[in-house]
Amino acid sequence: MTAGDPETGPGFPGDRRASGGLGAMSGPPVSRVAFMVTCLGDLFYPEVGVRIVRLLRGLGVTVEFPAGQTCCGMPLFNSGYHADATDVARRTIALFKDAEAVVVPSGSCAFMVKHEYPSLFTDPAERRDADALAAKTWELSQFLVRGLGRTRFRSEIRGRIAYHDSCHLLRGLHESESPRAILRSLEGAEFVELPASDECCGFGGSFSVRLPEVSTAILDRKLKNLEASGADCLVACDAGCLMQMRGGLGRRGSRLRALHLAEVLAPNE
Amino acid sequence: MSEPELATPFRERTGRALGDRFLQQALDIATTKFIVLRREAFENLPEGDRLRDRAREIKEATLQQLDRHLDRLIDEIERRGGHVHFATTAEEARAIVLGIARRTGARTAVKAKSMATEEIHLNEALEAAGVAPIETDLGEYIIQLAHERPSHIIAPAIHKTRGQVAELFARELRRPGLSDDPEILTRVAREELREKFLAADLGITGANFAVAETGSVVLVTNEGNGRMSTSLPRVHIAVMGVEKVIPSMTDLVVFLAILARSATGQRLSVYTTLVQGPKRAAELEGPDEFHLVLLDNGRIPQIAGPLREALSCLRCGACLNVCPVYRQIGGHAYGYTYPGPIGILLTAMLNGPTSVKDLAHASSLCGACADACPVRIDIPRMLVTLRKEVNEQRIAPWTERVAFTILGKVLTRPALYRLARSFGRIAQRPFARDGAIRRVPLAFGEWTRSRDLPAVAPRTFQEQWAELERERAR
Ligand code: SF4
Repeated sequence: MTAGDPETGPGFPGDRRASGGLGAMSGPPVSRVAFMVTCLGDLFYPEVGVRIVRLLRGLGVTVEFPAGQTCCGMPLFNSGYHADATDVARRTIALFKDAEAVVVPSGSCAFMVKHEYPSLFTDPAERRDADALAAKTWELSQFLVRGLGRTRFRSEIRGRIAYHDSCHLLRGLHESESPRAILRSLEGAEFVELPASDECCGFGGSFSVRLPEVSTAILDRKLKNLEASGADCLVACDAGCLMQMRGGLGRRGSRLRALHLAEVLAPNE
Repeated sequence: MSEPELATPFRERTGRALGDRFLQQALDIATTKFIVLRREAFENLPEGDRLRDRAREIKEATLQQLDRHLDRLIDEIERRGGHVHFATTAEEARAIVLGIARRTGARTAVKAKSMATEEIHLNEALEAAGVAPIETDLGEYIIQLAHERPSHIIAPAIHKTRGQVAELFARELRRPGLSDDPEILTRVAREELREKFLAADLGITGANFAVAETGSVVLVTNEGNGRMSTSLPRVHIAVMGVEKVIPSMTDLVVFLAILARSATGQRLSVYTTLVQGPKRAAELEGPDEFHLVLLDNGRIPQIAGPLREALSCLRCGACLNVCPVYRQIGGHAYGYTYPGPIGILLTAMLNGPTSVKDLAHASSLCGACADACPVRIDIPRMLVTLRKEVNEQRIAPWTERVAFTILGKVLTRPALYRLARSFGRIAQRPFARDGAIRRVPLAFGEWTRSRDLPAVAPRTFQEQWAELERERAR
């Protein structure tokens, strides 16, 4: 794969689905990536980041970690604080300027970088840098499948696994196939479809605390669907959704789990 | 115009809706059905994507020359003996309709479903002027009997269960023991309405489209009441937003192919009524007078404004059906004429940004609306733009603005970020157990009332990185 050009698609407007196939990008393989851990990944789910680093190393990829990372700025952007979001974006762009490719464990942060960053800059040079970062940034499942051409992994857990389509990965980056391709061919676990897997989990960043009752009602619907699916574990590729779904499962004392994709993939020792 | 729901704060309105068992049941059944039907309808239409793109292009191109198309429309209607009026505000629109009613000595008006007349609160104005409005669409008829307002753009009584409708009819129409079979309920309503059609002086409708080149006003309905409202009374008044004009009949075909599919999953609606001016000499049916009221009411400034895209809306309601927030709270909780994701944008358009201070945040930005929209309106993006406007005009509370400014500082300064991390660890100490927090005060308390919150990890990723690097070196 080249350092650039994961399929980006046009962003939110209209459901033009990703081309469907799982074509890897052409060009020489990238052997070096910079990892963007994201704020939630850093503070709350460091074990996910650790697993990703080991997983990628096991696949022969060198992982760098540019120091001084904070957050992609999406909370600021989505709440309409665009000047502040632009400052954060500018910093992030500088931090990853020299990276060959950037891997992000959350679809929403990847969407922010790939889709919203370029919209924040009017200065041509800054816009060019934003576009360059957008072009070389990958959400994890996309990187594994479309970037590295890998779908076969051993499972870290037993039982039935369902997949939740995170909104930004599905409708923002038009990706529904890569995570499923991995989960379907997992050795040692069984993949089941989650009813209404494309419906929001109710997180929505600050939405979850501005309208907590509505957010939780939406979550209830998601968890009911999880129960109906017969799965033991729900996988997602977004730390925000996981925070919401785990939070709900934990509070209900459920035996079901919500895990990041990286948590069910055994590293290649 | 006062909106009665607004006396209660938005969050409380959502709470009430969530606690209403009947509403929850009715919404769940109806929106789920609409979602399935829409999906099936488009699965059977391979050219669906192309038609949607084309429809959007037509809307965009028309907006670019809106005045030219409106001029043509006016010419064609007048040439056929109809009258066209222009209303800059809702008040002007009401005055025009009332003027016609007065001049023609009208006492009753049959109405076909129309969001534009809801928008200008026409029924109240008619009643005050001594003209009895009679809603003839079944859903509108139900809510008129119940003295309510529509809670959905195309299914005004979506918030009511069958049982509730049967009870309402039994009570209001004095028909005790009525079954809740929808067919029987429809028949009862038709019987009640038949007389009224024949006696009505005015027929008042909206319009789904108006075709400039032919001067045709197009009504899409499923009950045939549109046709009866336009043909039986001696005067027909159509009220329509200016953005509904389309250039040609060829364009109309494109829109008709996607409108019903998006709205109800039908290939076509049962009735597509084209009205071209009043009855002509040789014709047997049709009104003696035909009036079209073109409504601006905040639309025209948006042609060059941030909400421009919303002017392409066909009012199909698909974005409501798929919206996780709408599906939980229904239409009334929004508090204004137009509910759901597109409704928030239209509310801002009609009433200014202050009106959507809270509503702009009534979305998880999940994008399902943009996905379902037949003309691919990027609603989430405009919601974010509205949020920005609400902040910049200082309509958002200052506490919130300060909090986000601080967040901005923390996220651009790693030292502050690390400080916040340490602070979080200390602050969570009394609350965290096994990596989860079950109850905290302040903003996160809103989270922990119903969900566990993860605790800041004992060692964050950044704090583990050096070790990971050593691991590699080994
Ligand atoms: S915004 Fe789109 S989906 Fe929503 S009512 Fe309008 S046309 Fe339909």
